[in-house]
Amino acid sequence: MTDALLTAHDLRLRFGETTALDGASLRVRAGEVLALMGPSGSGKSTLLHCLAGILTPESGQVTFDGDDLAALTDAARSALRRTKFGFVFQFGQLVPELTCLENVALPLRLCGVSRREARVAAAGWLERLEVDDVAGKRPGQVSGGQGQRVAVARALVTRPTVIFADEPTGALDSLNGERVMKLFTAAARQTGAAVVLVTHEARVAAYSDREAVVRDGRVREQEFAA
Amino acid sequence: MSVGFALLGLLENGPAHGYDLKRNYDERFGAGRAPLHYGQVYSTLARLLKHGLVEVESEPGDGPDRKRYAITDAGITDVADWLARPEKPEPYLQSTLFTKIILALMTGRDANDLLDTQRHEHLRLMRELTRRKTDGDLADALICDHALFHLEADLRWLELTAARLDQLAEGITR
Repeated sequence: MTDALLTAHDLRLRFGETTALDGASLRVRAGEVLALMGPSGSGKSTLLHCLAGILTPESGQVTFDGDDLAALTDAARSALRRTKFGFVFQFGQLVPELTCLENVALPLRLCGVSRREARVAAAGWLERLEVDDVAGKRPGQVSGGQGQRVAVARALVTRPTVIFADEPTGALDSLNGERVMKLFTAAARQTGAAVVLVTHEARVAAYSDREAVVRDGRVREQEFAA
Repeated sequence: MSVGFALLGLLENGPAHGYDLKRNYDERFGAGRAPLHYGQVYSTLARLLKHGLVEVESEPGDGPDRKRYAITDAGITDVADWLARPEKPEPYLQSTLFTKIILALMTGRDANDLLDTQRHEHLRLMRELTRRKTDGDLADALICDHALFHLEADLRWLELTAARLDQLAEGITR
């Protein structure tokens, strides 16, 4: 596979006696939606966290745009996560004290964007994700599906190059899950962001371009093309 | 499901008489189905023989049961190709997949590869339906959803089977 934007090579990581990654390798192309599938405990979430620079593998290498993540300073890695990477998790990612609009504006504010500009951009993303009606509400006052769409808006607001999504619809019913996936993948494709999506649900994985299967801490050799 | 491939696969573990093959087939793959007729066994073996996929090791005596059938190299290649080829997703697919998985385990092939190939085939179709659903109206969505839920059920069975492969392999005596 050519033009890999993000690569993992022979990653190994243990948590105590448990081997989480056992020689995992993967390549993610710019702009693609890749589903990481596999049974519970297979290592797919750990692999995602290593790719995103949240966890550091004991051995092996993760590169983003040609740079070895381990060779970056902590500050450079944090900056990368703030500006080039976006994150969507299953739940609990929004700041409960802030309104939905403020939550979406927050990553821009952390990047030094003015309050006014950040709020305008945030409002635009809430509209694209069809949750502009909850802009003034706090996360505790909105439904699970709305909250996830706000979280997707927040992940996209900095126009990241890669979005890491770990079971983004895991806490939703099928109808809400589908709506989140439809809007999420459409928005990511429009901005050209790659998506690394951890899911155990085939109907969610069906929104991807291709899948890679993680089993026993390794990515199965067949990395199927789209 | 092709009885021919199943018989060929069973022969990979060693030559057998038609009678033993039938019994072996019924034991392993016959659950919920009518037993295989002898006529079908022998006509299938005759076809495999004609195509050079099996050969006969004759024993003294008369009658079809005096013939022992052995798989040829071409037969082994045919089994390998069949196992590696994904099945078209359709209702009651599990009986063919089940046969493939058992044969892969019996013959020392990687059953995980087979499951991955099949998952990919299912997801390919699910992506197509998801696109159709996303671009279409509510009627399209409902029609596609029906198919998607069925395909998802297949895949859930597939994942469960993948998780039980080690256990399944232990239970299979070569």
